[in-house]
Amino acid sequence: MKTVKAAFMKSLPVMAGYIILGIGFGILAHNAGYGFLWVLSMSLFIFAGSMQYVGIGLLAGGASVLTVILTTVMVNARHLFYSISMLRYYRNAGCYKPYLIFSLTDETYSLLCDGKVPEGTEPDRFRFLVSLFNHSYWILGSVIGSLLSGILPFSTAGIEFSMTALFIASFTEQWLSAKDHIPAVTGLLGTLLCLIVFGPERFLIPAMLLITLLLTLFRNRISAGKKVDI
Amino acid sequence: MSGTAYSALLVAVMSVVTILLRAAPFLIFKNKAPAYVIYLGQVLPPAIIGMLVIYCLKDTKLLSAPFGAPEIIAGLLVVGLHAWKRNILLSILAGTVAYMLLTQLVF
Repeated sequence: MKTVKAAFMKSLPVMAGYIILGIGFGILAHNAGYGFLWVLSMSLFIFAGSMQYVGIGLLAGGASVLTVILTTVMVNARHLFYSISMLRYYRNAGCYKPYLIFSLTDETYSLLCDGKVPEGTEPDRFRFLVSLFNHSYWILGSVIGSLLSGILPFSTAGIEFSMTALFIASFTEQWLSAKDHIPAVTGLLGTLLCLIVFGPERFLIPAMLLITLLLTLFRNRISAGKKVDI
Repeated sequence: MSGTAYSALLVAVMSVVTILLRAAPFLIFKNKAPAYVIYLGQVLPPAIIGMLVIYCLKDTKLLSAPFGAPEIIAGLLVVGLHAWKRNILLSILAGTVAYMLLTQLVF
C-alpha cells in the first residue's frame, strides 16, 4: 500500500497534462472520423502522445505503410534514448520489465530518469505503478475527449491546432534550453525545403532522410555528440 | 482491404514500431550504446519537432485569403507565451483557443 501511495503521489504532476492532452486527442480523432474504439485502442496500444496526434493525420490521409513506419521511427526516435538511459534500472525488473519498457513515454521518463525511489518501497513495483498511473490518465483523458466531442455545446472546429500548438511550444522550449540550435534549424529548414520540392502529400519521407543525412554530416560540428554519459 | 481494416493495420504498425523502439536498446545493447546512436538520440528530437511544426502547417494557404493569418497569429502567441511562462499546457490551451476564435469568428 505504501508503494501504491508513493507511486500515485509521484505521478500527480503528469495527471493534469495527460488528461488535458488526452482530451485534445480524443476530440481531434472524433473530428477526423475516428470514434471511441479507435481512440481507446490507440491510447491503450501506442501510448505515445505526439505520435497519436500525428497518427490521426496519417490515418485520415490513408498514408502508406512505409510512411507510417518511417514517421513512427522518427517521431519516436527519442524513446530509444530514454530506454538506453533506463537500461540499468529496467534490465532486471522481472515480470514488470515488459510493461515498464512499453510505457516509457516522455513524461514517465521525466519522472523516473533520476533513478530515485522513495524509501521503503519496492523499486520495480514503484516504477511499474508510476507508469501504470500515467497510462491510465492518458487513456482516461482521450476517452473523455472522444465521448465529450459529440455533446459539446460549442463548435470544436479549429481544435486540430492543439497539435500545432503542442509542437510549436515544444520547439520553443527546446530552443530556449538548447545550447546548440543546428538540429532545430536543420529540422525546420530541411522540411521546408522538402515541402517546396516534393509538395504537401509526399515530403515527409524525403524530409526525414534529409534531416538524418544532414545531422550525420554535422556530427563533428555539434557539441552535443561529444559529452554524453550513459 | 477496406478502409477500416487498413486504418486498423496502420494503428498496429504504429504500436509495434513504437514498442520496438522502446525495447531495442534492451534487445541489442547490454550496457552501452554506440556513440552514433546516442548522438542521433540527442539531435533528432529537436530536428523532428521542427519537422512536425512544418508538417502541421503544410496545408496553410499563404497565397489566398486569409493568407495564413490565424496560424501566424496563434503560432506567435504560443511562442511568446511559452517564452514568457514556460508552461507547455498554458501555451497549448491559449494557442488553440485563440486559433478557434480566429477561425470561427474573425476570418
